[in-house]
Amino acid sequence: MSGLMEEMVAKAIDANVPLNVQLDLTYRCNERCVHCYLDHHDHGEMTTAEIKHLLNEMADAGVFILTLSGGEIMLRRDFFEILEHARRLMFCVKLKTNAVLIREREALRIRDLGVESIQVSIYSHRPEVHDAITLVPGSLKRSLAAIRFLKSQGLKVVIANVLMTENMRDYQGVQALAAELGVECTLDPTVTPMMDGSRSTLALNVEENSLRQVFRDPSLVGDVEAFCAIAAKAGEDDLEARPCSAGHTACYVSPYGDVFPCVQFPLPTGNVRKQRFADIWRHSEQMNEVRGIRLKDLSCSQCTHATSCSRCPGLAYMEGNMRGPSTQDCEKSFARTGVPSLNLLSRKSSSAKSTASLVQIRSVPALTGAPA
Amino acid sequence: MSKLYLARNPRVAARSLDGEMMIMSGRDSTLFTLNKTATILWQSADGTTPLDQIVEQRICVEFEVDSAQALLDAEILARDLAGHEILQLSEEPIPTSRGARP
Repeated sequence: MSGLMEEMVAKAIDANVPLNVQLDLTYRCNERCVHCYLDHHDHGEMTTAEIKHLLNEMADAGVFILTLSGGEIMLRRDFFEILEHARRLMFCVKLKTNAVLIREREALRIRDLGVESIQVSIYSHRPEVHDAITLVPGSLKRSLAAIRFLKSQGLKVVIANVLMTENMRDYQGVQALAAELGVECTLDPTVTPMMDGSRSTLALNVEENSLRQVFRDPSLVGDVEAFCAIAAKAGEDDLEARPCSAGHTACYVSPYGDVFPCVQFPLPTGNVRKQRFADIWRHSEQMNEVRGIRLKDLSCSQCTHATSCSRCPGLAYMEGNMRGPSTQDCEKSFARTGVPSLNLLSRKSSSAKSTASLVQIRSVPALTGAPA
Repeated sequence: MSKLYLARNPRVAARSLDGEMMIMSGRDSTLFTLNKTATILWQSADGTTPLDQIVEQRICVEFEVDSAQALLDAEILARDLAGHEILQLSEEPIPTSRGARP
């Protein structure tokens, strides 16, 4: 983040302004990615008029960066009408898409409307791997053709790659592909639970050994020694820090108008079909609860990794406690440093205790000669 | 001296944050914040009001400055903003898309 942006974020926190909002226009999608956290059925998406009204409210509330995502945004027939309205309101618009439906004509319109950047999901440089993740034959070819169209219009494109068991060996190939295309590339090693709470997708997360290798790849993390170092113990100032931007300068709105602190934080705080966006942002009890949490309030605030952990409050919430640890991030801290977090140690200890109990229960009948 | 007209570049992103105008360049995503005078120019840049009128009606009233000097300073500032592709300048009125509001 640039120094000036940091200043603006600090100012937005003081003024309680939602600087950054992700709005999902639809959960419908033309791909069926194996790791996706969404239900792709339409349960009553906001209409064009409702979305335009919401955008007006967001502009009035001070939203500056608007990320339009999904599902697949291009499946909304009114996508360009919405985008045009958003740009008329002078939002800094970022798009997230699989780009399968973007051709030269769409790329030209996106450029004319002054979109800041387009993030395109690419999981492998090999069609057999990428298409096996999206479950759509030919999807890599079409997404790459779209990236070329977008680049030819001078647009900023970012490839987003999610690292999982299926594509673990291909991230360097994706990096090379991004370099060849002249676009940025990001890598996220986190597969999240589904929005309905199902944890079935978590089996796709890469194993600890693989994660350890990734965290020691200088092409990804830069200075490996610094990246893998154990952070200094949290000081008083650190303990007053906000866990992340969710609810402080950022929030998420679903295609049905539900407002959440973040796309990964499914705590309902209100619905824009029933309340004004600004009222939800400022007055929702749930939003204010999230906003009130500081590092010192977390059950893991005394953990060795407290100041360097990537702990996601939304994942912690999905585990059952928004003030607790997010085990997936504990595992990342462990893979990065080799030092287990407080949470992992306590899990290990309770697992050892329960194993001892099981041994005791099973051994007693054996000692007494009772049938097993 | 010919008239100078100002219009907001429709390719930028803009928002007022607690009274301070944030502008993101459409060219390279550079973020700018505008000072008070630049904010007045931005807000008044409707493509049809000439710079001398903006200076007379907005800047001189706000800052109690000599109008001739204020016009010179404002023109330098407007050209600087145009150099960053935040404003468009022309000696003719500039047609703008309707309804834009930062």
